[in-house]
Amino acid sequence: MAHPLEKYLRAGKLPHIWCAGCGHGIVTQAILRAVDELQLDTEKTVVVSGIGCSSRAPGYLHFDTLHTTHGRAIPFATGIKMANPELRVIVVTGDGDAAAIGGNHLIHAARRNIDLTVICFNNTIYGMTSGQYSPVTPGGSFASTAPYGMVEPSFDLCTLVAGAGGTFVARGTTYHARPLTNIIKEAIKHEGFSFVEALSQCPTYYGRRNKLRAPLDMLYWYRDHAVGVSQWEKLTDDEKAGKFPIGVLKKVEHAPEFSRVYSELIARARERSEA
Amino acid sequence: MAEASWEVAINSKWCKKCGLCVAFCPKKVLGEEMGAPKVLNESLCIGCLLCEMHCPDFAIAVKRRDSK
Repeated sequence: MAHPLEKYLRAGKLPHIWCAGCGHGIVTQAILRAVDELQLDTEKTVVVSGIGCSSRAPGYLHFDTLHTTHGRAIPFATGIKMANPELRVIVVTGDGDAAAIGGNHLIHAARRNIDLTVICFNNTIYGMTSGQYSPVTPGGSFASTAPYGMVEPSFDLCTLVAGAGGTFVARGTTYHARPLTNIIKEAIKHEGFSFVEALSQCPTYYGRRNKLRAPLDMLYWYRDHAVGVSQWEKLTDDEKAGKFPIGVLKKVEHAPEFSRVYSELIARARERSEA
Repeated sequence: MAEASWEVAINSKWCKKCGLCVAFCPKKVLGEEMGAPKVLNESLCIGCLLCEMHCPDFAIAVKRRDSK
């Protein structure tokens, strides 16, 4: 029996390279399920990635895909969207790719409100290069480059993108696979810059060093620390400590979208030159 | 109307034996044999798809039996 989403996969490329119990396959499946339920035209959907474990995903996907350089998935995606605004562009990135080397691109794409859907597979670590800390590694946790614990404060990616002007910001986890799929659907439908932070377990390089060795331990950690956004708003600051909200955190509709604004500018400029 | 019956298939070529499917199944349809997941009680499946959606390897497919 074939997998129900197999038509979206380059099946000959599987099994994928991700470790046993890695959350990235769960997030990838959530994206494909969202695409399937929205009945997107795969001929008009492009998936772009940068570098890292997460960025291997497009290699398994039967769409037009682009595996680009480290941190630069969003600039490539911007180029695709501006060249052909008819296309739906989904960016698959990781926390290192999006928040460290590509951090500047992330905030400026959010500021422009360009119609991209960025799915950040956040495993809070550089998995591909054996577990260096990233800008979102939680304080106190261990990494190969933080053997005594992470001393830097971390980014809250959703707050960062919302502050930079992103018009759709949401967070989900691999434990909450069905709600994550729904969030991704909403993000894809949103016209403007949409950002989904998908918390995804890395049992090999994060869990192993942080007493969450089994994939299931990390999923249960998400279950025990995530709070639905409507519930989150009712909590006191003390109750919020150590927890995080999931769901749609920001949504602004009808904000000017960059590729559309730019097309209008081109039309105005043409009118003037012809006058 | 007869209750829906579900077909559960594991693709052992893609499975990496992480155990998430067995842990997520609320009806003990799935069990473990020699470290690998196995369909033990297919008739108990309620089609919740938790195993399918939490399988990181696209290695579990659940399908309603009468559907094509």
